[in-house]
Amino acid sequence: MALEDYKGVYVYAQQVDNEISPIAFELLGKARDLAAPLETQVTAVLIGSEVKGLADRLAEYGADRVIVVDDPELKDYRTEPYAHALASVINEYKPEIMLVGATAIGRDLGPTVSARVATGLTADCTQLDIGDFPLNPLPNQEQKHNQLLMTRPAFGGNTIATIACPDNRPQMATVRPGVMQKIEPQAGRKAEVIEYNPGFTPNNRYVTIKEVVKAVSDTVDIMDAKILVSGGRGVGSPENFKILEDLAEALGGTVSCSRAVVDAGWKPKDLQVGQTGKTVRPNLYFAIGISGAIQHVAGMEESDIIVAINKDEDAPIFDVADYGVVGDLNKIVPQLTAAIKAEKAKKAAG
Amino acid sequence: MKIIVCIKQVPDTKGGVEFNPDGTLNRAAMLTIMNPDDKAGLEAALRLKDQYGAEVTVLTMGLPKAADVLQEALAMGADKAILVTDRVLGGADTWATSTTIAGAIRNLEYDLIITGRQAIDGDTAQVGPQIAEHLGLPVISYAMDIKVDEAAKKVTVQRQYDDRYHILEAQMPCLITALAELNEPRYMTPGGIFDAVKAEITTWGRADFKDVDDANLGLKGSPTKIAKASDKVRKGKGEKVTPDSPEEAVSYIVGKLNEKHAL
Repeated sequence: MALEDYKGVYVYAQQVDNEISPIAFELLGKARDLAAPLETQVTAVLIGSEVKGLADRLAEYGADRVIVVDDPELKDYRTEPYAHALASVINEYKPEIMLVGATAIGRDLGPTVSARVATGLTADCTQLDIGDFPLNPLPNQEQKHNQLLMTRPAFGGNTIATIACPDNRPQMATVRPGVMQKIEPQAGRKAEVIEYNPGFTPNNRYVTIKEVVKAVSDTVDIMDAKILVSGGRGVGSPENFKILEDLAEALGGTVSCSRAVVDAGWKPKDLQVGQTGKTVRPNLYFAIGISGAIQHVAGMEESDIIVAINKDEDAPIFDVADYGVVGDLNKIVPQLTAAIKAEKAKKAAG
Repeated sequence: MKIIVCIKQVPDTKGGVEFNPDGTLNRAAMLTIMNPDDKAGLEAALRLKDQYGAEVTVLTMGLPKAADVLQEALAMGADKAILVTDRVLGGADTWATSTTIAGAIRNLEYDLIITGRQAIDGDTAQVGPQIAEHLGLPVISYAMDIKVDEAAKKVTVQRQYDDRYHILEAQMPCLITALAELNEPRYMTPGGIFDAVKAEITTWGRADFKDVDDANLGLKGSPTKIAKASDKVRKGKGEKVTPDSPEEAVSYIVGKLNEKHAL
């Protein structure tokens, strides 16, 4: 089959408990950008049990077409029936580009499916473009146009690489959550809905789910927060996070933390910012007592305004901070909280 | 029970990285360690060995100097070590790597394969699931806990997701990818180091991969190609001040936030 026969930008529309994950909307937003220069359609692939009703939402966020694979075997995510579903859709409909979220599900589904359909997969992309490969013409090598150029951080965030998949289709990428922008939903927008079922016959590769344990968390997802007050090992103790919580409350923000804090058992993993935690891009990010290891910076450097407070004037966090203050957080933070409360009261009155 | 643990020698990314002119990593120039997720996988295997008396084989693919991590694994308590190394494997992406490792594993008997979730150099988390795919095995990624029922030939694994975990049961043989959070790996023992020095490392090259086409090996056999690799361009340095008092620090921050209409 010729590469040109593969057409369209496809998005794996992840759902969990029959609720579409935010990454699906982010991928649809990006897929629209990519589909424009290719003059092609955006197709969402929706896999689950009793999920057909979610198709309209995907249309509102930019899907021209929704392929629904609906089967009782697909109730909860399991590698095998989901990989069979997505690989079958790829083999049947032949997408040019297949985007999957780099979630705990997508990073399992993506590799399995890419190996099954024998194509390449670029992990955890933070930027996707349509362009030429090689980027510049080279002697003795055909330059291919309209290729998916997938950019990702590597080597602990030390480097950034742009990768292409010129000779195999689909061009597959997993995309880091929180990086791509979803479009403003258009109420009433409709997509063509196609139901497709490749048939599911359990084999040795089907695992059994004995139990599903949901993490109990009443906190705001730090990826959705507009203001984050993030603490590192420099905060000193779990008790001392109270001064950060007070600051966050005064600002109307949320507390997050570095990996060192999670490793020390001071805060749960879902508050961790960084390469092995979450990527955040709030309007305002306070890095308090965080040295700024590259793995942390990789998860927060896209924040609009970064304020760092650290007693070590050589801390690498000052290399990414817009406003760096060298000083004792224990003295500065409580006073800052009081000052912000006063400032807000003044604004509310004025 | 026979367990294969796939481990990788990775650059210690804290020490900075270097590249070849073609954009691939210059592994020869960097300090190296055993990848942390893989080490947790090895520890999980060694605990199963302690409990049930398993035979643990460690396998790595890399440059000849990757033998170092095999020595370390032997000193921790692994029984056998296999180094997959060949010039034709250079520049392999995850597809080519997983194809090669699967080709090597086809020579071995196993009940369980454990890999790390991801390596700290590439961070792709792809090779484990892709080995399982090539070998037709069930895969359970992101394992936080592993239990084995040897008689029933079943594993029970706690599998982490973003907001939950699943307790999964799979039939052996299967492949599990381990999180560094799974356990605290043991140290090498003096006796272990002594034994490891005497232990022989088996080296396999191209001729030893079973059912693998040349077209799927190394840089040539990699569907993904590097268009460009560079040091990360970071946003410019902002301001840094060292105020004389907390009051001054606070008024600086509040002033800047007001300037940016961030309050």
